[in-house]
Amino acid sequence: MDRYRLPFDAEVAERVQEAADVFSLYLRIPDPDLARDYAFVPGQFNMLYLHGVGEIPISIVSDPEEPDLLMHTLRAVGRVTKGFEKLKVGDHIGVRGPFGHGWPLAQAEGRDLLLITGGLGCAPLVSVIEYVMRRRERFGHVTIIQGVKHHHDLIWRPRYEAWMRQPDTTVLLAADVAAAGWSWHVGLVTDLLDQVPLGPQGAATMICGPEPMMLAAAQRCLQLGVREEDVWLSMERNMQCATGHCGHCQLGPQFICKDGPVFPYTRLRTLLGRRGL
Amino acid sequence: MMGTIPTATNEDAGFLARERLATLLEAGRALGYRWQGPQLRDGAIVMAPLEEPSALPWGTGDRQAAGEYRTRPGDPRRAFAWANGPQALKPLVFAPRETLWRVKRDAQGRLAFAAETPLVPRTAVLGVRACDLAALELQDRHFLAPGREDPHYAERRHALLLVAVNCTHPAATCFCASTGDGPAAQTGYDLLLDELDEGYIVRVGSQAGQALFEQLTLRPVSEAQWQAAASATEQAVAAQQRVLPPGDLSGPLFGNLDHPRWEVVAERCLSCGNCTSVCPTCFCHRQDAAPSLDGASSDQQRSWDSCFSEGHSYVHGRSLRHDTRTRYRQWLTHKLGGWHAQYGRSGCVGCGRCIAWCPVGIDITEEAQAICGGGEHG
Repeated sequence: MDRYRLPFDAEVAERVQEAADVFSLYLRIPDPDLARDYAFVPGQFNMLYLHGVGEIPISIVSDPEEPDLLMHTLRAVGRVTKGFEKLKVGDHIGVRGPFGHGWPLAQAEGRDLLLITGGLGCAPLVSVIEYVMRRRERFGHVTIIQGVKHHHDLIWRPRYEAWMRQPDTTVLLAADVAAAGWSWHVGLVTDLLDQVPLGPQGAATMICGPEPMMLAAAQRCLQLGVREEDVWLSMERNMQCATGHCGHCQLGPQFICKDGPVFPYTRLRTLLGRRGL
Repeated sequence: MMGTIPTATNEDAGFLARERLATLLEAGRALGYRWQGPQLRDGAIVMAPLEEPSALPWGTGDRQAAGEYRTRPGDPRRAFAWANGPQALKPLVFAPRETLWRVKRDAQGRLAFAAETPLVPRTAVLGVRACDLAALELQDRHFLAPGREDPHYAERRHALLLVAVNCTHPAATCFCASTGDGPAAQTGYDLLLDELDEGYIVRVGSQAGQALFEQLTLRPVSEAQWQAAASATEQAVAAQQRVLPPGDLSGPLFGNLDHPRWEVVAERCLSCGNCTSVCPTCFCHRQDAAPSLDGASSDQQRSWDSCFSEGHSYVHGRSLRHDTRTRYRQWLTHKLGGWHAQYGRSGCVGCGRCIAWCPVGIDITEEAQAICGGGEHG
């Protein structure tokens, strides 16, 4: 079996507590051949296996140019993620992957970018932002919008502040509930879309977050003149095999694991926002 | 297609007298196959290891209706005078539970993963139905899709030799004629039998079947025997009353996600998953870690899952499909709708098992008609 069906060993090289229940694991692949062969694109995910507990799909956050240290950011919410939370540097886990289709970065070259995220949905797009910042000359104006429920849910604040200082880059942050010291918008990410400097060509738009937020953001973008075929979303569902066999990740006829997780909006239009699909 | 007169000639067909059925089993064993065949167990016809023709369900028929399955006395000269039992070929290729891989943790905490490959003896199956062949072909499209073959399924699938028997006694729950999958087998078999009162017409469907065929001592098939087989198939078509609305139902199903009928069927549905267990095309499965008591090793096991289970749609600490309405809707929209985009046809082969084995007798054909209309959809 290959690395898509049989996990390989990986070591936790670094562990960062990002927020009360959010943490990042930086993984090193001890096998030199595997480490050399392993490559991914932003938007893909790995199946992470906790010994004797289970496997879960987690987006790869790190830069594809540094595949020797794979970064994954998790929220401790279920049985398996709460187990992962207890890992320490030097512990070992299993990894299968990478899986799925990533963001349409080749298509987005030369375009303005609009990157809209909510909550931990920022993780799969941080990889895109880092990718773009390394190749800044290949892209037009970059707008980064991140929304969180509570102000303390905002992780990677130094990164956002650093991106704010980049040329030709707009960073807009929102929190539904904010305390003193939050100098950005209080409200929904969709409120911020009116401030986006959209040119006549619109923007290559990538959205990741809770489904209602993605639908609202996509619809607002269309109203503001973004072309439907320029909108891309990253979807999430229960995944157990990641190879399109186990059936859990279906959304209508799509298998999120193999047909996605990144989809053009046009393919999901009729399926989004329908409870229980 | 269904209902047409067989066109095979006597060169690739022969007649095996009923008393000589044992020679078929012997020939299969001589070629290295172990046999599986239908047998009467605990009041149902099930697939089990088959040693002698005497173990077949001679003189046994079945009566099936919505929420009902009963065996009953039938013609003692017939071993296949019934429609189908709860199992299709699915358990033989897609194991209800199996280990995919095993991991061991060493003293330093490093993990060593090893694939677990099933050891599958070559298996010949006697008594395969047309609906089950059609379902197997659908499972092949799913598990053996180019570039993403499932190695466990592939191992079991390639070990199979299939001896089909044309269905002459469809149950009241059957609608394979309406889906175009039966009652006569069209493709996918290695050998095909027609059961007549005095024995079996044997036809070849593949090279592996040819090898078995050549081991048999057969008589030419008479014109009367061909006619008897053809007329039995015609009667089996005519006997079927249930029908599915024809064509691709994705449009009417996904276009009616808020249809009030989903609520009506949910009031009866127990969300038990019997339908998905007996469905020969349902492929959903879960994976679970089964650690050893000392924690040093763990088996990764997969087992059949159902879209009717609470855990099926679990994500971020909750189930997306938390009620029966959305679970039944998932099952029907996928089976009759989503399959078209995924694998080019409906996922239903008309075997009727989900109707018979539903404890409250929910009828997929009735629900599909209620939601899609009787072929009036666009």
